[in-house]
Amino acid sequence: MAYAHSVRGRSFRFDDLKTLLAKATPARSGDALAGIAAADDSERAAAQWALADLPLKTFLNEQVIPYEQDEVTRLIVDSHDSGAFAPVSHLTVGDFRNFLLSDAADEAALAALAPGLTPEMVAATSKIMRAQDLVLVARKCRVVTKFRNTIGLKGRLSTRLQPNHPTDDPAGIAASVLDGLMYGSGDAVIGINPASDSIPAVMKLVAMLDEIISRQNIPTQSCVLTHVTTSIEAISRGAPIDLVFQSIAGTEAANKSFGVDLAVLKEGRDAALSLQRGTVGDNVMYFETGQGSALSAEAHHGVDQQTVEARAYAVARAFKPLLVNTVVGFIGPEYLYNGKQIIRAGLEDHFCGKLLGVPMGCDICYTNHAEADQDDMDVLLTLLGAAGVNFIMGIPGSDDIMLNYQTTSFHDALYARRVLNLAPAPEFAAWLERAGIFTDASAAKLGESLPAPLRALAFG
Amino acid sequence: MNDVIKNPWGELRRLTAARIALGRVGTSLPTAAHLDFQYDHARARDAVHRPLDAEAVAAGLRAQNLDVLRVHSAAPDRATYLQRPDLGRRLDDASRVLLHPQPCDLAFVVADGLSSFAIENHAAPFLATLLPMLKGFALGPVALALQGRVALGDEIGALLQAKIVVVLIGERPGLSSPDSMGLYLTWAPEKGRTDADRNCISNIRPEGLAYEAAARKTLYLLGEARRLSYSGVRLKDETDANGLTLARESRPELSGA
Repeated sequence: MAYAHSVRGRSFRFDDLKTLLAKATPARSGDALAGIAAADDSERAAAQWALADLPLKTFLNEQVIPYEQDEVTRLIVDSHDSGAFAPVSHLTVGDFRNFLLSDAADEAALAALAPGLTPEMVAATSKIMRAQDLVLVARKCRVVTKFRNTIGLKGRLSTRLQPNHPTDDPAGIAASVLDGLMYGSGDAVIGINPASDSIPAVMKLVAMLDEIISRQNIPTQSCVLTHVTTSIEAISRGAPIDLVFQSIAGTEAANKSFGVDLAVLKEGRDAALSLQRGTVGDNVMYFETGQGSALSAEAHHGVDQQTVEARAYAVARAFKPLLVNTVVGFIGPEYLYNGKQIIRAGLEDHFCGKLLGVPMGCDICYTNHAEADQDDMDVLLTLLGAAGVNFIMGIPGSDDIMLNYQTTSFHDALYARRVLNLAPAPEFAAWLERAGIFTDASAAKLGESLPAPLRALAFG
Repeated sequence: MNDVIKNPWGELRRLTAARIALGRVGTSLPTAAHLDFQYDHARARDAVHRPLDAEAVAAGLRAQNLDVLRVHSAAPDRATYLQRPDLGRRLDDASRVLLHPQPCDLAFVVADGLSSFAIENHAAPFLATLLPMLKGFALGPVALALQGRVALGDEIGALLQAKIVVVLIGERPGLSSPDSMGLYLTWAPEKGRTDADRNCISNIRPEGLAYEAAARKTLYLLGEARRLSYSGVRLKDETDANGLTLARESRPELSGA
């Protein structure tokens, strides 16, 4: 069905729901590339008005990708909780924005609402919100997950220690792990992107991280970010895997381009659960997402990239993950052209994920072919820290020497801790003080010496 | 007065190119480490925008008795290339006319991608390492492509009627690695293939994955793709970091004998 809106004598028409969503999306290169963006700023602003007038219920009756064609749509529709939705079922998108910003929408109300919301509802709402709205509402949401520690508590910020090495060299990886731990990084996960997806190489890295964590008695978890089928095979060969990783997207066809579907994700989760390696909880999945991945696989069905991204969070939440992060600036300038677009997308993704009940983190990042720099990353880090992001990346000096992009450094996390008063996960913070790394974890005060057990980690 | 707090693990820097042991002022980056980063970022950005010296690369390939065809994607210039990946995955009209069916087991595509440095430095030397190992594969011509993306290899491979296409392409430049080359192998190349249909070997350069190791991995994947008649996520790389797999190295179909 078509949607229309008139502003000051000029009328605008939008052919269907996905067209309306796309035209209402704040400008970004990926939607222009897909040929679905608003023709000009006036059309975009008018589309936002039309979207604000739309009843939320519309999203239950009209799907942007047909139910019959896409298993992600089927997941969204079949798992929708109409009881949870009831308190807001009479609202329009514009009224829903008002509700979210109101004092009535507190932490408990938003948590109860999450199963009643669909990705398209939250994506639509984000499109008529400013940066400060996205920060304020997300800050009220709390999504707490557990494996060997507790991630996502109020006033906490966790970090993934990302010790990547271009040839997976164990000594080089150990050096980066030591550097990160000494700067207080690694409570979300110690997670390696392997240069090689070969099963023997992956198993070697898994064993190495397991040994570091168990020998140092660190309350954290490890992950080698390889394809889910590789993790399943490694588990069947006896690898001590904590978290099973997979990149996911918001359409069945895009997931197929990653070589996965919902069934294989379930198989991966079951394999990880069978090992029972968590001590305080059993959230065993780690997912990464990012706007533009479906378009990149020509699997977006004419839906704007931000709405498709929110649909990926519906996939994620079905598997009770420990960690989900949008890799916001990794995909490149054809999807998010510059710092302004990356910052906006990072805030949207975090907001949508949190509202849907997903433990959202963000890889605050950019590539060397994007029009972005360290100043842009500082802005997004500060905003996401204020928004209560569950975790960010931590890498030596912001430079990933394996994936060739820039993300947040160990130093950056400490900046956010000091400016925004954010501590690591409680179990990990206690370990940092016990190990002599931090003299005061709540104030991000570091010691100056290298404790002997950690010295042994890299110096042998 | 010196406010920089040094890290007592500086000697670990010899183990990795990662920016470890930078020290700190308070909890922030010392000035020297900050400016070092800024300079490297400037250099990497410059590398993205510098055009490939195609003449020199073609000469290096011809010196190995390879038949080189010069092709161009449908992206006319770098600015368009960066914003329109769809154009970088298609040939322009003039190039399509150049590519006639030449049925072969294996065709190489060498494309500038996002780093002209990578291709200038590593394409010819890598092939010089790989080609002597390749026995039993009928080689097609090498397509040297400008403003090309990985999937451009699908159209080229299909037009040539190659059973396998291997694309060598400049990867996104990193701060410490402006010249990293990637390799993508696709069985039965044709339009519509996705990343799930390919196998990738990343970061080929002397400081990353050395030519020898990358060549052995390539050889393994080529043999397996031919044996199984597919490539992609179902084809698992069973080699170690040096590209060695003792159990399979000796198998005749893999050495092409």
